[in-house]
Amino acid sequence: MVELVNRPYAGAFEAYAVTHPEVLCLSADLTSSCEIDGFRDRHPDQFLSLGMAEQNMMSFAGGLGLAGFRPFLHTFGVFLYRRPYDQLVASVAYPRRKVRLMGFLPGVTTPGGMTHQAIEDISVMRSIPNMTILETGDATEVESIVEAADSVDGPVYARVLRGSVPRLFDTPIVVGKARELSLGTDVLVITAGITTEEALRARAALKKAGVSIRHIHLSTIKPFDARYLLDHLQSVRHGVVTLENHVTEGGIGSLVAETIADAGIAKRLIRLGLKDTYAHGGSRPYLMRTYGLDAPALVAAIEKLTGEAFGITEADLDAVRIDAVHSAAKAEAL
Amino acid sequence: MVRAPRTSKPKKSPPQANARSTEEIALGIRRRVFEHTIRNNGGYLSQACSAAEQLAWLYNEELHIGEPTPPPVPEPFGGVPSATNADYHTGAGYNGPALPHFDRLIFAPAHYALVAYATLIEVGRLAPEALGQFNKDGSSVEMIGAEHSPGMEMHNGTLGIGLSTAAGLAWGRRRKGETGRVWVFMSDGEVEEGQTWEAVQAAAYHGIDTLNAIVDVNAQQCDGAMDSVMDVRDIRAKFEAFGAVVAEIDGHDLTEMRDAARISHPGQPLIILAKTSPFQSMSYLERRFPRLHYVRFKDEADRAATNAAIAAELGVSPVDYAH
Repeated sequence: MVELVNRPYAGAFEAYAVTHPEVLCLSADLTSSCEIDGFRDRHPDQFLSLGMAEQNMMSFAGGLGLAGFRPFLHTFGVFLYRRPYDQLVASVAYPRRKVRLMGFLPGVTTPGGMTHQAIEDISVMRSIPNMTILETGDATEVESIVEAADSVDGPVYARVLRGSVPRLFDTPIVVGKARELSLGTDVLVITAGITTEEALRARAALKKAGVSIRHIHLSTIKPFDARYLLDHLQSVRHGVVTLENHVTEGGIGSLVAETIADAGIAKRLIRLGLKDTYAHGGSRPYLMRTYGLDAPALVAAIEKLTGEAFGITEADLDAVRIDAVHSAAKAEAL
Repeated sequence: MVRAPRTSKPKKSPPQANARSTEEIALGIRRRVFEHTIRNNGGYLSQACSAAEQLAWLYNEELHIGEPTPPPVPEPFGGVPSATNADYHTGAGYNGPALPHFDRLIFAPAHYALVAYATLIEVGRLAPEALGQFNKDGSSVEMIGAEHSPGMEMHNGTLGIGLSTAAGLAWGRRRKGETGRVWVFMSDGEVEEGQTWEAVQAAAYHGIDTLNAIVDVNAQQCDGAMDSVMDVRDIRAKFEAFGAVVAEIDGHDLTEMRDAARISHPGQPLIILAKTSPFQSMSYLERRFPRLHYVRFKDEADRAATNAAIAAELGVSPVDYAH
């Protein structure tokens, strides 16, 4: 059974921030929802409440960056780019301010529906010059995201998991370095964030079926090392499947497609993710099943690439981990 | 018109001797923007009419800033900020070095760039030849002020974002113990943007009293007279309700401007609403009302008549431009 870590961001942020006085903690009315309520209470002089006003928060953070500070902005990911997009570009990205955008509840990890679900954030952020994009897929990555983000010379957007988070890895995020979870030769599987845990549900069943999987987990999405990916692409026989908690346009699937096209290599690609659609409010397992982001969807894609039917059923996969809707690890049911 | 109590805070004097009066500099700004507009066959002329005193006063009297650091004739565009552009710098050096005791000026309405460049020339921070690079390909003297343009420190061309950035900068400088203030030159059209009000409430909530703004209330915007575009109502009452200390002055009266800047505003930002005329000292422009945002000439006769009439008002010879 996988170890679950309670609120890994809270402790990690506090431990880092108290030893780095140039780090400031900014919040836009989602303080407990972003696990920084304890920090606010214990370190009020390093905390700025900027209210439910993200446009001002973004430009204000640009000003703090100009003054030499490294503000960490805490809110739901969706509120860091949809409403304050102009401010994000003009006040933060263009001048390369060391602003750290901590985007909670990425993709379908929230039952809050369209207004809360950041499903095109990676696409938007990837197309902004000077931006770095990180994504956390387990408790260890969440624990190390603060230091990793703060090591970047420029603005950073990070997809951060909160609440009860599984521990999958035992080494911290290294900016620019992917994780090689298996080095098979049949099919390359590329995942990031919560889809890595999902892919791991199918690991045993696929192994038993005799398919050799090469599995890469991305925690740095931009900048992206195309040559590194090409080495892995050339190492598999059948092709590649990307599985992302995001629309299939502009995210990891697009990254891989661009890499293949730019290099002029012939390699089949199946992109799994939200297919040019919004999601709606619901539980994470329900949404991942409905929109084809889960382990059965991955197995089906691998069957299609290899042209084999493995006969893998739900019973052959590791159990879905279900978060309680209400738990002490979350400030609200969102 | 100034209602708030005054302080005994000593007036800050700029490091350079004021060889010319602020009135002379304001006239020089108008003459220079006028000449450029005629030569260029169009330009942001009404902004010089409304803002000349404010910018002349900021640079010649109010701002405590050091000597400019870049060459008087600006270098060509040096590329955008990137991880590989190590030599990148903004245009802020024309306002002196960013030292802890010096003030900073955030120039919020980037469309006033021509007036800003004219001001820098009139106060000796920029060579007159710089205007020859205005809006030329490969130049940093851009039509809409960019952060690499002389006197600019950040992009504000989308309007309404400057005050927020200034508030963040002022908060950060105060936390570092820096004594310099942050001044913002704003335009009144920016009050239509919700972010302006977000910025004022945040500055008041965090007690950022090193933040000061002077707003060119010329009641004009791109589409024409502001009240024909959006009724912004009583902006003094609104600024006060959101937490600023507000002074309302005649924006062409330097005495009122000086008095307004001396108003004590502990724990709150100061907003000076400078009510101005978009054809001040160029009454010939009044016939164009309400299309004053960008003055262009409908034909050669219009250009020649405007040249003659405004030159006379400004006490200069008509511009001898190439036909």
